[in-house]
Amino acid sequence: MSKRAQILNLIREVTGKEVNAEPDESLFESGMLDSFALPDLVTALEGAFGVKVPDSDLNPRKFDTLERIENYLAGKGA
Amino acid sequence: MAYLAGFGAALPGRVVPNREVADLVGCEPDWIRDVSGIEERRWASNEETVVSLGVAAARDCLQSAGVEASALGCIFVSSGTSPRRFPGPAATIAKELGLDSTPAIDLPVASAGGLFGMALASRLPGYTLVVAAEKMSEAVLKPAPDKNTSILFGDGAGACLVSQHAGPLRIIDSILCTDGSFADDLQLPLDGSLMMNGRSVILQATRKLPRVILDVLARNGVAAQDVAEFIVHQANLNLLQRVATGVGVPIERFYSNIARYGNTSSASVLIAAREWFAQARLQPGQRVCFAVFGAGFHWGSLLAEAA
Repeated sequence: MSKRAQILNLIREVTGKEVNAEPDESLFESGMLDSFALPDLVTALEGAFGVKVPDSDLNPRKFDTLERIENYLAGKGA
Repeated sequence: MAYLAGFGAALPGRVVPNREVADLVGCEPDWIRDVSGIEERRWASNEETVVSLGVAAARDCLQSAGVEASALGCIFVSSGTSPRRFPGPAATIAKELGLDSTPAIDLPVASAGGLFGMALASRLPGYTLVVAAEKMSEAVLKPAPDKNTSILFGDGAGACLVSQHAGPLRIIDSILCTDGSFADDLQLPLDGSLMMNGRSVILQATRKLPRVILDVLARNGVAAQDVAEFIVHQANLNLLQRVATGVGVPIERFYSNIARYGNTSSASVLIAAREWFAQARLQPGQRVCFAVFGAGFHWGSLLAEAA
């Protein structure tokens, strides 16, 4: 399974929604991800990809699109 | 050794239900309840000010503790909604309490200010009165109501008397933290209305609040399950639920009055403490944990136990 597919699955798990986003589509503006699902997604990403997201990286913009999440994880070596 | 000797609160008389706010900002009342847990809040009249609310809470606190204002060695007043740049409300509140030389210090720390005041007061001799008073309605309704903030905030004041002599709750420890990296994400500019990046605030708060609670418990060898009550900044019921999950205790251990008052910023933790204390049947050794998070970001926790 690709990293993008894994991320999409995690978003579906934390939101309970059938999410299908374009890579550069805002997950927030499209209503796929809300303020309270975002912390759950970050926690899920940490568990699934074995990375630690420090508080200094807890910026919603880093997790606004599938592309940005992929890039963030790549930067963490995941 | 410092004690929490009493609590006080004062709330405006006007109850503002979700229907009224929904009509003002153009949303459904049920949506407000769903996203925040808030059903109504209090908004102050023109005659009810940060100072008048603060004085009323201070008097309620001193009366409940059985201590005269003349016994105070210092006053801290937390407010993020002071109507002028300086002097802040501390000087006028002290004057209204009949004090003309007791140091009265403003803590413009917004939501975390009540607990910051309690922790600082625990390091001072004698009696220190901590007051937190907010008129948030002015911050979110002027110049024009904003849908995402107007629904959340209410007005009110709380107070706490910290004593080095005696009190029903002994302060065990406290932790205060600040990280200015996200200072722009929650702010009240000098000429404008409240600006809040809700996603950033919630993302940070859901991490920092459970951690600062668990940290103060861990360094004192206390398990979360052994804390009788958690009294946390009343920002949003959904946030409180996530903090409870993060701490590992049921939400029922978290005192909540947000349905009735909304988010009263720095006053919220002290108003909640006043209500909780009025109905608590304290047993010696019973632990209570306070925690706050807000603009700055500032956050912290304070652990106490029944004396």
